[in-house]
Amino acid sequence: MILQTHDLWRTFGGVAAVSGINFNLKKGELRCLIGANGAGKSTFFKMLTGQIKPTSGRITLFGKDVTNLPSHAIARMGVGVKTQVPNLFNGLSVRENLFMSAQRVMGRKPALEAVDAMLEKIHMTAHAQTLAGKLAHGHRQWVELGMILISGPQLVLLDEPAAGMTAGEVERTIALLNELRGQRTFIIVEHDMHFIRRIAEKVTVFHRGRVLVEDTMEAVVRNTEVRDAYLGQHGKEAR
Amino acid sequence: MCEVKSPGFWWAAIVALALVFGIPLFAETYTLYTLTVFAIMAVLALSLGLVWGVGGILALGQSAFFGIGAYVYALIAVNMGDSTWALAASVLMPVCVAALLGYFTFFGRISDVYFAVISLTIPLILLSLINSASGPAYQFGKAHLGGYNGIPGVPPLNNPFDLSDVLGFDGMYYASALVLVAVYLVLRILVRSRFGRVVAAVRENELRAELLGYDVRYYKLGVFCIGAAIAGLAGALYAAWGASVGPTAFSLSFSAQIVIWVLLGGMGTLLGPILGCFVVQALSTWLGSASGVSPEIALGLLFIAAVLLVPSGIVPSIQQHLRRRRPAGLVSKETP
Amino acid sequence: MDLAMLAGIQILYAIASLFLISVGLAIIFGMMGVINFAHGEFLMLGGFAFILSVRAGVNFWVAMFVVAPLAVAFIGVVIERLIIRHLYGRIVETILATWGLSLLLIGLASSLFGYYQMGVSPPLGSVQIGAYQEGGYTFFVIGVAVAVAVGLYFLLRHTPFGLIARGTMQSADMASALGVNVKRVYSVTFGIGAALSGLAGAIFAPLTGVLPISGLTYIAKAFITVILGGALPLTGAALSSALLGTVSQATTLVSTSVLGEVMLLVTAIVLLRVLPSGITGRFFKRGI
Repeated sequence: MILQTHDLWRTFGGVAAVSGINFNLKKGELRCLIGANGAGKSTFFKMLTGQIKPTSGRITLFGKDVTNLPSHAIARMGVGVKTQVPNLFNGLSVRENLFMSAQRVMGRKPALEAVDAMLEKIHMTAHAQTLAGKLAHGHRQWVELGMILISGPQLVLLDEPAAGMTAGEVERTIALLNELRGQRTFIIVEHDMHFIRRIAEKVTVFHRGRVLVEDTMEAVVRNTEVRDAYLGQHGKEAR
Repeated sequence: MCEVKSPGFWWAAIVALALVFGIPLFAETYTLYTLTVFAIMAVLALSLGLVWGVGGILALGQSAFFGIGAYVYALIAVNMGDSTWALAASVLMPVCVAALLGYFTFFGRISDVYFAVISLTIPLILLSLINSASGPAYQFGKAHLGGYNGIPGVPPLNNPFDLSDVLGFDGMYYASALVLVAVYLVLRILVRSRFGRVVAAVRENELRAELLGYDVRYYKLGVFCIGAAIAGLAGALYAAWGASVGPTAFSLSFSAQIVIWVLLGGMGTLLGPILGCFVVQALSTWLGSASGVSPEIALGLLFIAAVLLVPSGIVPSIQQHLRRRRPAGLVSKETP
Repeated sequence: MDLAMLAGIQILYAIASLFLISVGLAIIFGMMGVINFAHGEFLMLGGFAFILSVRAGVNFWVAMFVVAPLAVAFIGVVIERLIIRHLYGRIVETILATWGLSLLLIGLASSLFGYYQMGVSPPLGSVQIGAYQEGGYTFFVIGVAVAVAVGLYFLLRHTPFGLIARGTMQSADMASALGVNVKRVYSVTFGIGAALSGLAGAIFAPLTGVLPISGLTYIAKAFITVILGGALPLTGAALSSALLGTVSQATTLVSTSVLGEVMLLVTAIVLLRVLPSGITGRFFKRGI
């Protein structure tokens, strides 16, 4: 297990956004978190990244207790985070964005080479000098993905990587994830069912702050509880 | 490519030194005297240009560090006669204050806006503190704090530990101008260094910098303290140049001037604040002698106009015109 | 015993003063997110409006409760229309523009009124407290502060305007979608904040006199109080004033007033370390 949460809680005022979640993630897994809006996925996600502190419970990462660690400490342990809305350095070029991530873990020369390689991989070589703030949304998602992967994190947390992307871009993302599957461990929060079906191994369904079901995509889709709670509204897509 | 190896750096150094040593050949003593204070103010402008322009930290009360530097220099120099320790202390004291303030604000993750307001109130509080510090009780060795009259008879700079070698008007000019050039060149190197890049990244997106593994609190604290040190140095030079210090260093309008230099000159660049400072200083000197317009009214209108009409500043606007690209002090073709 | 009562009254007075000089700023900041650096000048202008109208023969109380607030409200609305309106959402620009405005107003006031201090003597004689005497005006100030707090609470909680204003504060877009003229709400809110500042300026005018630079003596305290108070205008300002007023006055009582001011700043900074969004950022969030 590289990531575990033990009875994790987060309350806001009187409302429990996350209620006693016990989550386990094995190395090399590609886990998807799904659930309706307000089900607690984002709150859970942010507790993993260190952006929100749990009200109670523990989080263990790579065997270490990281419950109250700040985000940068968690990142340094080898965790890459892609936020729901792409967070880039808008005033810096694509190349510089990637470099900022690379230079934290390697020297200047290797970082420069890694940046060139990553630019190729995310098909952004032509835009290397463009300021990140001027990129189209799909490209921004790509650059962010590149920034995360370039530092070689063991655990990659992606919050809605397919959001706002064209079909072609989604294909490329899926291809990239499939390439990295097994080499790294992924947690992906997503709403796009087609996307999830293409890549998911195991799926964790959130509902009202708890884990409703944790199983393969096929099993989840057939599960009546899940259908009632969540997929029922999207019944057509799930089929 | 390392900044020190870049041709731009050496050209800048050569041009700067040429100006420093060339101007006295044409200018009279009075002009040099005025240029000296312009240079000192430009050093102060650079300090805010670093903290705000590069670091993105809204340190609107930078004058506090300037004033602390000035007062510390005055108090120690008056007591010791020798300016050497005074100069050192005038750089160190503001850093200590900045570190303390920075600890409580950056480590507490206070919002940018709250920080801006708090930093602006610091010189105001110091102002009322100093203004009331008159009378025999407020004495530091041989020096009286002097309340709103300030401290007169501040000794000039002397060669380190050599009291016989004191800087006159010419000497002060060279000292200030060379300090300006040195600070500019050092900041150029700093901005393009790894530290500088991270500081700029933190400015651009603190969350993303954090998620990449950078402890943004330390970077903000670092740049804030460096800025405070530079401002303190400017304060000491000012005290030595003017042979006196007073509470006006903490006034709201002085704090405002520093902000306008950087705002008008251009945030994110290093030349911008220097240029903005020279232009505004020259304008006010000219305006002050020429017309009866109250300096507050002029400054106030300038502020409002600058905000509403020229949001990015003079130097970046020009640079944009020439290069069609937003300069961030470290964006260049040879990056990284 | 008398001394304790006297000290208690002085602490109440300190709290009341802080509240009065901050509440206008808190309204503008809390309801609109605007940091108005010309706040001190609103106080100053209120003071001048009051003194000038008293000198022109207007009744003392009318000048204080009607003329001064209205005058400053008017100026506030004009400023809102000309400058603030263009900078909504741009916090840095707002700070800078209002800072410029502050300088401008000081300059204009200096040109118009000169550098001489204007004053009026405070009425209401003095009150006996055991062996000590305290100015009746002190109790008046405390009373006004309470009245303003209660009045504001009533306005925000129990009037249609209050509801609209609070709704707009929470979500301008939503309010707009519901048909509220958000621009008008902002104008009126700014006007109310300005009026309150004008009132405060008038109230303190008899005690301290008014100079064009009078605003500067208030602005640091007002800002610190509002920031420590947090997002809720009334609750935040009240709690923060209570806390800081007590600390500040207690310090003043045992040392000097300057140290009292320093303690105010130090307390705020230390508290902000643990409450980075102010008091109402963490507690009493459901208030006003």
